[in-house]
Amino acid sequence: MIWVDTIVQGILLGGLYALFAAGLSLVFGIMRLVNLAHGDLIIFAAFAILLITSTFGLNPFVAALIAAPVMFVLGWALQRFVLNRVLGKDILPPLLVTFGLSVALQNGMLEAFSADSQRIPAGPLESASVDLGIVTVGWMPLLTFATAIAVIIGLNQIFYRTALGRAFRATSDDPVTASLMGIAPKGIFAIATGLAMVVVTIAALYLGMRANFDPSIGPARLIYAFEAVIIGGLGSLWGTLAGGIIIGVAQTLGAAINPEWQILAGHIAFLVVLLVRPRGLFPRAVD
Amino acid sequence: MILETKALTAAYGQFRALFGVDVALAAGETVAIIGANGAGKSTLLRSITGVIRNEAGMVLHRGEAIGALPAEVVMQRGIAMVPEGRKLFPSLSVEENLLIGGQVRRAAGPWNLASVYELFPILRERRLVPGTALSGGQQQMVAIGRALMSNPEVLLCDEISLGLAPVVIRDIYAAMPRIKASGAAIIVVEQDIGRALSVADRVYCMMEGRVTLAAPAATVSREAIHAAYFGEAA
Ligand SMILES: Nc1ncnc2c1ncn2[C@@H]1O[C@H](COP(=O)(O)OP(=O)(O)O)[C@@H](O)[C@H]1O
Ligand SMILES: [Mg+2]
Repeated sequence: MIWVDTIVQGILLGGLYALFAAGLSLVFGIMRLVNLAHGDLIIFAAFAILLITSTFGLNPFVAALIAAPVMFVLGWALQRFVLNRVLGKDILPPLLVTFGLSVALQNGMLEAFSADSQRIPAGPLESASVDLGIVTVGWMPLLTFATAIAVIIGLNQIFYRTALGRAFRATSDDPVTASLMGIAPKGIFAIATGLAMVVVTIAALYLGMRANFDPSIGPARLIYAFEAVIIGGLGSLWGTLAGGIIIGVAQTLGAAINPEWQILAGHIAFLVVLLVRPRGLFPRAVD
Repeated sequence: MILETKALTAAYGQFRALFGVDVALAAGETVAIIGANGAGKSTLLRSITGVIRNEAGMVLHRGEAIGALPAEVVMQRGIAMVPEGRKLFPSLSVEENLLIGGQVRRAAGPWNLASVYELFPILRERRLVPGTALSGGQQQMVAIGRALMSNPEVLLCDEISLGLAPVVIRDIYAAMPRIKASGAAIIVVEQDIGRALSVADRVYCMMEGRVTLAAPAATVSREAIHAAYFGEAA
């Protein structure tokens, strides 16, 4: 019984990691850009939501709704004015630029919000739980997981059912030929990064409600996101969810055996999957 | 003239591929550009479409300098390209490959999904499979249909017969009269001289980055083409 409970908690935790990773996966899938500031952008969005809730006394979900379009514009501008200039055959410049952004964001947030640990108040939702018969789970983890699935379904709908998604896929396949279709690849990249920042805002909402955060923890979140994306198979969103779940379950199982093993167990699971399937669980057909 | 190049030069790094090319295309006209492998035909089309950016005045569309515009802007002016090697999008189905051709620009005109499927009926049957799962000839049909979907004013075709069996080439060229009749001005780049002359009003021959012959397709002599194509005295 305790094992079922542990595994269910792990699966639900995987939802949070999938949320961390979905934006990363989206951007990598479209423009082969690895954004090293992704974790810090999640923390930045969490501070933005916190600021909106505390300033206007708003519910955090409403605050996230306000933060999301702002983050879209910031993401769009980041891509349009910075990252598009360094994208090219050489993968090093974008890595260096996003690494620099990561450092700058951490320092900026330290100045603006201090090193104190913060949390987005979620009211009664924080401790509410529901009895599912075999196991009792918290509303918050359940809601996180459901949101992760909704985000992935939503992104897949955009990808496979809209003209914008068609342009995303075409540009990802071949930007030069996409431009012969009248599509501006750099404009598509900017929209994609904007969209990724909306996903980042959603991830930040749950991160901030479920745990304490401070300006320095972004890179640690980034590692889980990376691992989820890589073992899922680069560019596959459902694979990213599967990757998140594997890491989540490994962590809760590890913690059940010995609390000190939680983090290590996640990393070991990552390495094991990578050994067995070097291209991830659901690799893209074309690459 | 709907499209003109003026003393067009182009280079890949230090390597010069075009040395002052002048070609012109009138509305509704079909022009063939022939020449051996490496003559610079694809480079010419890439310069027109903006994949290679040049000095503005080197390419004119309706008299306006477009040589420095990016490819997406050139396309939106109504200049569509069937690129060498077809270049279908592997992540898109046949139908999506067609749709994306008319997604950003869709001028009024005869071409839409239904009329492209009428032109190439096999594509309707295979519309849901990935474009790259088709045979070479069918892929070429998708590439042509994709370019037609925007109802372009100028259609540029880069070696649409390359690598295809003669019967397949015949099928594809059988569609050319209907494409011409729809009103687009067309440039066909070919190594297959006979095919090119069969559809063209005028012909240019290129060799080593220069135009070596410009003549009406109906009256040009084999000797003149031979000389211009291979650079030998006629
Ligand atoms: N991407 C490229 N980089 C360097 N040289 C190129 C490139 N593409 C073509 N060339 C060179 O430019 C010349 C013209 O090529 P191209 O325009 O493709 O000829 P064609 O289409 O007539 O066969 C050739 O000598 C070719 O080797
Ligand atoms: Mg060529």
